[in-house]
Amino acid sequence: MIRVEQLTKRYGGTTAVDSVSFTVRPGTVTGFLGPNGAGKSTTMRMLVGLTPPTSGSSTVLGLPYARLRNPGRHVGVLLDAAAAHPGRTGREVLTLGAALMGLPRSRVEEMLHLVGLTAEEGRRRVGNYSLGVRQRLGIAHALLADPEVLILDEPANGLDPGGIHWMRGLLRRFADRGGSVLLSSHLLREIEVIADELVIIGGGRIVAQGAKEAMLAGAGTVVRSPDAGVLVAALTSAGLGHTARSDGSLLVDASIDHVGRAAAAAGAVLTELRAADGAGLEEMFLQLTAHARDEVSA
Amino acid sequence: MTALTTSPGVPLRAGSAGIPMTRLVRVELRKLLDTRSGAWLLAGIALVTAGAVLLYLFTTDASGLTFEHLVNVTVLPQALLLPLLGIMAVTGEWTQRTGLVTHTLEPRRGRVLAAKFAATGILGVASVVLTLALAAAANVAGSAWLEGTGSWAYGLRGVGDTLLFVALSLLQGLAVGTLLMNTAAAIVAYAVLPTAFTLLFSMVDGLRDKAGWIDLSASQDPLFRHSIAGVEWLQLLATTVWWILLPLAAGVWRLLHREIT
Repeated sequence: MIRVEQLTKRYGGTTAVDSVSFTVRPGTVTGFLGPNGAGKSTTMRMLVGLTPPTSGSSTVLGLPYARLRNPGRHVGVLLDAAAAHPGRTGREVLTLGAALMGLPRSRVEEMLHLVGLTAEEGRRRVGNYSLGVRQRLGIAHALLADPEVLILDEPANGLDPGGIHWMRGLLRRFADRGGSVLLSSHLLREIEVIADELVIIGGGRIVAQGAKEAMLAGAGTVVRSPDAGVLVAALTSAGLGHTARSDGSLLVDASIDHVGRAAAAAGAVLTELRAADGAGLEEMFLQLTAHARDEVSA
Repeated sequence: MTALTTSPGVPLRAGSAGIPMTRLVRVELRKLLDTRSGAWLLAGIALVTAGAVLLYLFTTDASGLTFEHLVNVTVLPQALLLPLLGIMAVTGEWTQRTGLVTHTLEPRRGRVLAAKFAATGILGVASVVLTLALAAAANVAGSAWLEGTGSWAYGLRGVGDTLLFVALSLLQGLAVGTLLMNTAAAIVAYAVLPTAFTLLFSMVDGLRDKAGWIDLSASQDPLFRHSIAGVEWLQLLATTVWWILLPLAAGVWRLLHREIT
């Protein structure tokens, strides 16, 4: 169980995280989604006590993280797979974690095996690892104590498609056993397959959150016509709200049935007419990403 | 691939036992030794110390072959190099960003720092004991084969001075590392700043007689020569406050309040 309430972080004049609130319930995978620089990592660092918040609070398993005793036993955390001493072997990194948490050494071999690192890879220094292998090692470290909560920042970065598929299965089983997972990503596609809940953040603020099914469904209708002007006029006169999508089609805030009738009444030729099925979500996310890119290039 | 094993963990209370200090110290000790840089530094200290003794044995005349002189010869490289170990112990977490993991596993940052101090302290004491043993062996060898006097005049006072001298150097490294949180900057500050002060205070006439109060090496010199007495103790205390305790206090404050990235 993770509860984040009104978390805010300001650096000088800029607000990196602005009044962020969400809950991660046991048995669910919550996808924390946003473009790079949206405030995901800052929020997660505040959650585990590494960054002092300007205001707001958060709890993990009912307590502020910093008040958990031996927190590694209950909460598996992977914030940055690159944050490992390049001179240590993978096995040594896990051995240090197990020793600190008071776990038997046998867990080290079990976890190396679980994440698919060979004995030879375990003996190599982390500095020689690819990002994908570092991510696997980081996931192994987070799972060492068989925790109840997982907090993973961009764990799919650097994993190959097979690795991403493997990680999805792992997190699914973890949540199905009653665990709580908070998983961040800057890619909607990467997360929508695995997440039960979505929290979408842009520019430090939460722009949407809820059950994935609800967010993907009921998002309207996608319609496309070579006579765009005719279609727009038809929709407008029928009183149906609509927005232009980046690919030239229109997203209409109405059912397929209504859109089809309005188009037919105006005699507009349609080349596409379908339920949006998350197109709205994708559109919103693309706009967020484009917006973030504007800010970076400005 | 195996499935995850056990059931969700035990209920959680804030008052339940955390990570014991002994375990933190053991892990920090291991972290000092399990990287190439740490292992090489320790091996380097041992080699340089042994080399210094051998060089001294075969270059000095027989009257210089006493336990006291041999200890002084062996302690100098240690006092110079051990602080690097202290610096690496605290700055590695920032330079390599392992602090993300360390402070997530033990959020009470002060305890992690205390464990690092204890771990480097243990290595420091072990190193001094080894030094004394090496000097003793050299003294026996000197009187047996090189016509040395083999004098053991040194006593508890000498051992105490030596331990204090090395401990202050080690603390200085830890303090500057804690404050600056960056290996390169800390090594430069440790090596350059006190030397610059020594130069300043030995070259400027008006400052020379004040050196003992401000210049670290001037105030530590009587300790190294086992002649420290009276006001020199106060001077040692004063420079310890300027050069070690104040940076340390600022560093601890910074560690407890800063963001770990």
